[in-house]
Amino acid sequence: MSHVVRMENISKTFGEVTALRNVDFEVGTNEIVGLLGDNGAGKSTLVKILTGYHQPDPGGRIYWKGDKLEHLSVAKARDLGIEVVYQERALADLQSLWRNIFMGREIANRWGVLNLAEMRNETRRLMTTAMGFTSAAITPESVVGAFSGGERQGVAITRALHFQAELIILDEPTMGLSVTETKKCLEFVTGIKGAGKSAIFIDHNIFHVHPVADRIIVLDRGAVAAQFLKDQISLDGLIEMLSHVARTGGLDADNRTTT
Amino acid sequence: MNSVAEARPISSAAKRGGVARLARKYAMQIAIVIVLLLIWAFFFWRSPRTFGAYDIYNALMSTTPYYALMAIPLTLVIIAKEIDLSFTSIMAWGMAGYDVVFLLFRETNPSLGVWLGFVACLLAGLFAGLLNGLIVVRLGIPSLVATLGTQFFWRGVVLVVTNAQGLGMTPVKATLLYPALVGRLAGRIPMQFVWMIIFAIVTWFFLNRTKFGAHVYLSGDNTESAKLMGVNVGRTKILTFTIVGVAAAFAGFVVSEGVLFLWPTLGEGYLLNTLASVFLGGTSVFGGTGSIFGTFIAALIIAIINPGIVAAGWTAYWTQLIYGGIIVVSVSLQAVLRRRMA
Repeated sequence: MSHVVRMENISKTFGEVTALRNVDFEVGTNEIVGLLGDNGAGKSTLVKILTGYHQPDPGGRIYWKGDKLEHLSVAKARDLGIEVVYQERALADLQSLWRNIFMGREIANRWGVLNLAEMRNETRRLMTTAMGFTSAAITPESVVGAFSGGERQGVAITRALHFQAELIILDEPTMGLSVTETKKCLEFVTGIKGAGKSAIFIDHNIFHVHPVADRIIVLDRGAVAAQFLKDQISLDGLIEMLSHVARTGGLDADNRTTT
Repeated sequence: MNSVAEARPISSAAKRGGVARLARKYAMQIAIVIVLLLIWAFFFWRSPRTFGAYDIYNALMSTTPYYALMAIPLTLVIIAKEIDLSFTSIMAWGMAGYDVVFLLFRETNPSLGVWLGFVACLLAGLFAGLLNGLIVVRLGIPSLVATLGTQFFWRGVVLVVTNAQGLGMTPVKATLLYPALVGRLAGRIPMQFVWMIIFAIVTWFFLNRTKFGAHVYLSGDNTESAKLMGVNVGRTKILTFTIVGVAAAFAGFVVSEGVLFLWPTLGEGYLLNTLASVFLGGTSVFGGTGSIFGTFIAALIIAIINPGIVAAGWTAYWTQLIYGGIIVVSVSLQAVLRRRMA
């Protein structure tokens, strides 16, 4: 399987604290990777290295579609098509839907004058094709603050896909969502795969990760504790394994599954 | 034939929906106009002689721009979730620039001195606004504190530079700047009011039809998300402060020209009217929303209250009480309206 991104031997220390220890991590083309782990397991540090906010300690290597990246900055990560969708911070609540979709990438002429018609039409198109907004109550002019949590995730994910993101990182996208909203949100995650792109799905909740992920990686105290292809483990097996990791800090060598 | 007959009710229903939607979208703007009309109607009823004559409107059009010229661009700063308290001193600081340059040419070529002084005034304002932006954005000082500091600082600089001496502005009368800025359009409309309209249209255009304006809204609404999406929040905010700086210097020139004298205390007394115009106009102190149209109308409301009270036969002591009342009630209503719409 070809990889979108491959991280090798990634360590990260902040002063005395070791956040990540010799982590190998990869995301395949058109693969959805579930990243599980407790608070402090190193999930967000790993993501911040992948998005260029942090540099790994010397010795760590990052490959993008097979090419080694010498220095991954935030701007470089964006250019490559790595996009993070944060639940709370993704949208500007007081602005209209079209302004959110085109946030930071407004269509304008060289004088900076906006092309409103094109942005509105494109938003209208995305509403039906990608976001599944069919209610007449929602228009490109609707203010997103009134949208439900699931709809908001849909807007953020659609925006990422629309702007050709190759790898979408979802940071706890279902947190605080109701059952129906979670279902809607998970449909959007599945949509990422349908669009031929890849995703990293970070969550505490294995019940949300298991149905949509192709592969599940468990981080514990800065190291990869286990990883499975979804077919290799049932939901029950995953729960049992996670509690084992939580108790012992890792799996025995013969229990560890490799891919 | 049939299809036309079928289409008609649909299109009229759609039109009704469109009107309702427009009414909701512009609820704030409609509300502020209604407030203006109610206040005006009340004063007209109390004193038809004053409010039925042109004089009062001439006076309103002459003096409202003195602070509206700043309130309009200040709306951008507040939408970007910042505040500027220093523009009153920047008015005088700009004119200190005029003062210094004009004096160099007073004996040789006063007209040239006026023009170069005008340019110096605007450049001084630009510099002061830029400095505000840099202090707030690059040093991360909250704008409330930063611009409180620069307000004192520029006032101090003006007093030192001018030695607290005023300057006659009569040489301006000999240049085109006089009719262009404070003359009369068609012999009736004060030019400063025309500039107020020009400022409003240009600022509206930048706010609503350009990338810069879109970024002003986003910077105030959700700074972090705007940054993550590649909006240069810092540059956007610096630009809004800079625009206010230039506008304040311009307003300072217009005011001084209006009275044909430059006072070193120029600008004192404009702070509250200017800020009140922005907030009364529906711009949220929390950033992310606001309208130029609202600020424009609110500036007129603020302007009409004082002469209205006097014409209605009350003492001017009532002015501040009524200002306060109208502002608190309007802003509360806006908050309720906004919550309803969300």
